[in-house]
Amino acid sequence: MYDTIIIGAGMSGLAAGIRLAHFDQRVCILEKHYTIGGLNSFYRMGGRDYDVGLHAMTNFARKGDKKGPLAKLIRQLRFGWEDFKLAEQNGSSIRFPGVELDFNNDIAMLESEIKSRFPDQIDGFRSLCGSLLDYSDMDGDSPDFMRSAREVMAEHLSDPLLIEMLLCPLMWYGNARENDMDFGQFCIMFRACYLEGFGRPYKGVRVILKNLVRKFRGLGGELKLRSGVANIHVEEGKAVGVVLDDGTELQAKRILSSAGTVETMRMCDDITEPDVAKAGKLSFIESISVLDCKPKELGFDRTIVFYNDSPNFHWERPDDSLCDARTGVICSPNNYIYDAEEGELPDGVVRITTLANHDLWSDLPEEKYRAAKVTQYDEAVASAVRFMPDFRSRVVDTDVFTPKTIRRFTWHDNGAVYGAPDKQLDGTTHLPNVFLCGTDQGFVGIVGAIVSGISMANRHCLQV
Amino acid sequence: MTPAEIRQEIIDILDDISPDEDLDNLDDQKAFREQLELDSMDFLDIVMELRKRHRVQIPEEDYGHLASMHSTVTYLEPKMKDL
Repeated sequence: MYDTIIIGAGMSGLAAGIRLAHFDQRVCILEKHYTIGGLNSFYRMGGRDYDVGLHAMTNFARKGDKKGPLAKLIRQLRFGWEDFKLAEQNGSSIRFPGVELDFNNDIAMLESEIKSRFPDQIDGFRSLCGSLLDYSDMDGDSPDFMRSAREVMAEHLSDPLLIEMLLCPLMWYGNARENDMDFGQFCIMFRACYLEGFGRPYKGVRVILKNLVRKFRGLGGELKLRSGVANIHVEEGKAVGVVLDDGTELQAKRILSSAGTVETMRMCDDITEPDVAKAGKLSFIESISVLDCKPKELGFDRTIVFYNDSPNFHWERPDDSLCDARTGVICSPNNYIYDAEEGELPDGVVRITTLANHDLWSDLPEEKYRAAKVTQYDEAVASAVRFMPDFRSRVVDTDVFTPKTIRRFTWHDNGAVYGAPDKQLDGTTHLPNVFLCGTDQGFVGIVGAIVSGISMANRHCLQV
Repeated sequence: MTPAEIRQEIIDILDDISPDEDLDNLDDQKAFREQLELDSMDFLDIVMELRKRHRVQIPEEDYGHLASMHSTVTYLEPKMKDL
């Protein structure tokens, strides 16, 4: 009998597992996939290391910073700063036709950019910054949390273009809702991206995952891969354990699931029809190019470029096409300020993320699927090079992952990267001993997911 | 445990929770919150660590006693004197 069974060995499940194992619980993490990480995993192909997910870690903080989510998670998991060792970004840009805003990990840069490009909006921008909810108001109780971010922004800013430009990175890095954003989520992402900023460990996401797993196992936690949960078995209104895909039964006093709201409901054997309409819809493809040179040799030093090719930012699933490359994110993992002792990454890499339709990708027969990966890669790159130097003649290797890949890694409905639009911020479900963490509970991104795992473990599994 | 030992134990826990804090100059009479960057999650950790290390149970309504080092040691003394 376990004290807690955790479903999913992604960032949130591993973090929750560490908390519980540290306080002497008998914990087992069950992962359906053959590898850890969920949405933030990694792979090796053709002798090269790739990350799934991670472009940048948001919520950057420097060693010794005591405030903010990163400092909090390092304390809660008893890590040291060296375990994450984040290199700071060079600087990123928001690029729309004819106008560009640069930003880095000091909000003064974005402020001065707005002052020069949108001089009549700077006071409004400052008042918007002043109206942001604090992290301590992020439990969803604030009446402003569920307001429309567009509506709140319009109270401060009168130039619609600036509103679109500011929203673009924040939606790209953490908005499950189409076209608008909950103000609470907006505040979380604003702090994470603009006030705290971006960083990356030299070796990518694998460093973080390996540290999490090592710590979890060192505390006596059990991690079972290839162990998908077929059923959460419910008796008399309470979960008593799980049945794995291979029929193994495991008992637990409580279950903490990072599988997603709808996905978890589907597992509960007291529910016949989960409300699938509540699942998220936004998924991506990522087109990865390995270059024969460093991006900076082509005149590209930006860490991340968020681009959009018209004054209106369309944040929605393409309904009639595989992909929508009108907006995208360009990331170069080379463009961080790594320590001299670490040096530079071995290969020049450009990663481009664009919106995609999960169902259309999944419906393709294998041969067409392969062909579509090639054509959609071409389209994404052709779209992106309007906003960066054309690197196409320097490409030596490519890879593409699609919503189908994302679903395989995460098992989230629709390959929804940021989960369901309606978050279950208190982590509760219809059962008194089944709780949610991860994407559908609240914060997204690597730091957000880890904080989610910690806070749900503290709230529901430790104070008992 | 003597009050001095209890104090040292709390220092060890604080050092574990927040290794970068300077605990040498801690004023025992002043609230932790005024001197250290501790939030509610960290206070929960002090409670949890005491439970883990010494099987000391602290009910939620007593958390207020953990405001400063002095009040914490005073509160814990009867609970930990036989350990």
